[in-house]
Amino acid sequence: MALKIAVCIKRTPASTSVAIDASGKVQTKGLPHGINPFDEYALEEALRIKEKLDGTVTVVSAGEAEAEEVIRGALALGCDDGILLADPAFAGSDGTVTASILAAALRKAGAQLVLFGKETTDGGSGQMPSFTAAWLDCPSAIGVRKVAAVSDAEITVERGMEDGVDTLTMSLPAVVAVTKEINEPRLPSLKGKMAAKKAPVAKWTAADLGLDAAKLGGAASPTQVLSMEPVPARPAGVSIPGGTPEEKAAALVQKLKEAKFI
Amino acid sequence: MADNRGSGVWVVAESRRGTLIPAAFELLTAAKSLAAQRGESVTAVVLGGAQGVEGLAAAGAAKVLVLEGVDGAVDDAAAAALAAAAKSGAPRTILLPATVSGRSVAPRLAVALGAGLAADAVALELDGEKRLVATRSGYAGNVTLKVLVKSVPEIATVRPMAYPRASVNGGAGTVEKAPGDASAAKARTKFVSFAADTSGEIDIGAAEKIVSGGRGLGDPKGFELVRELAHALGAAVGASRAAVDSGWIPYKHQVGITGRSVRPRLYVACGISGQIQHMGGMKSSDVIVAINTDADCPMMKAANYAVQGDFYKVVPALVAEIKKARGTA
Repeated sequence: MALKIAVCIKRTPASTSVAIDASGKVQTKGLPHGINPFDEYALEEALRIKEKLDGTVTVVSAGEAEAEEVIRGALALGCDDGILLADPAFAGSDGTVTASILAAALRKAGAQLVLFGKETTDGGSGQMPSFTAAWLDCPSAIGVRKVAAVSDAEITVERGMEDGVDTLTMSLPAVVAVTKEINEPRLPSLKGKMAAKKAPVAKWTAADLGLDAAKLGGAASPTQVLSMEPVPARPAGVSIPGGTPEEKAAALVQKLKEAKFI
Repeated sequence: MADNRGSGVWVVAESRRGTLIPAAFELLTAAKSLAAQRGESVTAVVLGGAQGVEGLAAAGAAKVLVLEGVDGAVDDAAAAALAAAAKSGAPRTILLPATVSGRSVAPRLAVALGAGLAADAVALELDGEKRLVATRSGYAGNVTLKVLVKSVPEIATVRPMAYPRASVNGGAGTVEKAPGDASAAKARTKFVSFAADTSGEIDIGAAEKIVSGGRGLGDPKGFELVRELAHALGAAVGASRAAVDSGWIPYKHQVGITGRSVRPRLYVACGISGQIQHMGGMKSSDVIVAINTDADCPMMKAANYAVQGDFYKVVPALVAEIKKARGTA
C-alpha cells in the first residue's frame, strides 16, 4: 500500500515587521502573505519520500479561506491533494486546540506520516508538531535534520540536540518536524502550476471532523493572549572611538572590563 | 493559597547523558519566585536520574523527585511518566526548559493533563488570581505577547538564559526516588544512538557570551579569527544565515529565526549587517557589540558598542588587548 504522507502548512505574513492596532492585536489584514518559509522544507522532504516509496502527499492547512492559496502553491510542487480546515468555530483556538483540529483531519485523511516545518514565523513557538502527535497518540520528533530511512512501517530520523545528534526509529503513524538543514526545496514547474489549479482541495468544517464546537475556539482554549506590544528599539549605543584598530580595541576592552565581561 | 485543584511548582530538571543542564537551575529561580508568591514549595523532577541531583535541593527545591527507569530521551516515555507523577502529585504549575526535549515533552504533558501550555516564556508572573502569565516574543522578536494560562495545572516552557541560575545555598530539600511509570507509553520510539558533538565548543543556546560571524567576513577563513576572539572571551561561536548558507560553518551555529534564538549576556557580531531574521534571534542579548565597516547597518545601530572598522584588523588587536587585560599575553 502506498504511504500516505501529509504536510501541515500555514499561511503567514511575508514580513515580520507588523503593526499593532488600537485593540492591541497584530494587524495582518491586507499585508502580503505566503507559505510559512519553514514549511517549504517539510513539503520538499514529503515529495522526496513520495518519490521513493510511491506514496501520496496531502497538504493540510487550518485557517481562513485565504489559506487555499498556500495549499494551491504546495500542490504546484507536486503534492496530490489539499485539505482546508475552515470554520468560524475554529477562530481564536490556541495551540492545543488547533492541534486537536489538525489531528482530527489527519486521522480522517488516514495520514501515516505527518511532516511540519520547524515553527511558524508569526506566533512561532514550534509546539504544533508535538501537540498534534499528542492528540494523534503517536510518536514524534522535532528538530529533524535528516530522514535516514523510511518504509511504510517506520521512519528513522536524525534529530539535532543541543549537545549532538540523536538517531531515533519511530513506528508509523508518526509526526516529524524538520529544520532547513534537511534539504533544498524545489521550485514549482509550469506543468505543476497548471495541475494545481485543477487539483482537489477539500474544505472541512468542525462538523465534517466530528468535533464538538463547544471544545473549539478561544473560549474553549486553556491559554489566552492577554496583550501584544511592539518591542521597543534598543536605545542608541556608543560608537567606540579611536583612529587605529589598536586604539579601538583598547577602548572596547575598557568598556567590556567595566561591564565585567573580562 | 493552595486549593483542591493542585498546589506547588514543579520544575522538570532535564539531564543530558547523566548531567543536569544549566537551564534546570534557571527554572528553579523562576519556580522559587512563583512558589513564594503563592506560599507554595518547589519540586524538581528528574527523569531517569543524573549526577548531582542533590544540588537541586541545595539550590532551593524542597523536594527532588527522581523518576527511575525513565529514558528522558524518548519523548513518549518521558511525557507519560511525568503525566502519571503529576496526576498523583497534583502540582499547580509545571515548568520545563524550552530545549528540544522540553519542547517535545511539554505539549504531550499538556494534552495528557488537559492543561494549557505557554511556550517559550522569557518571563513568568502571576495575575490577580495567582494564575500563571507568561511573556514571550513573536513575529521574529518584533512583538511581545503576554499569555495567560487558565487551566490547572498550568504548564510553561522557559527559554534557556531567561533567568539567572539558582545557586547552591545550603537548602535542605530532600531527594526521593520513585519508579517512573511510563506504562502509558507504548514502545513506539526506539532510541538508536547519540552522536555527541565532539568539537568541544560551547553550545550557543546556553552560552553567556557569543561571538558571531557573518557575510562581512568575506571568507570562511574569517571564522578562524572569530574562534580566536571567542576563545579569548570564553564565548561560544555563532554565525549568521549568510555564513551558514555559504558553507563556512555548520548550521548548529546559526543564530536567528531560521537558526536558534539566543540571549547571552554578551553578543559580539562580526561582519553581520543585522537582517530582521538574525536580529530576531539575538536582540534580547544584554549587551551587543558590533564590528562592521558600515556604521549605518542595523546591527551597528542596535549595538551598545559599535566598532567601525575592518574585522581583519580590529579583531587581532582586540584579541591582543583582551590577553593583555587578562595577563595572558
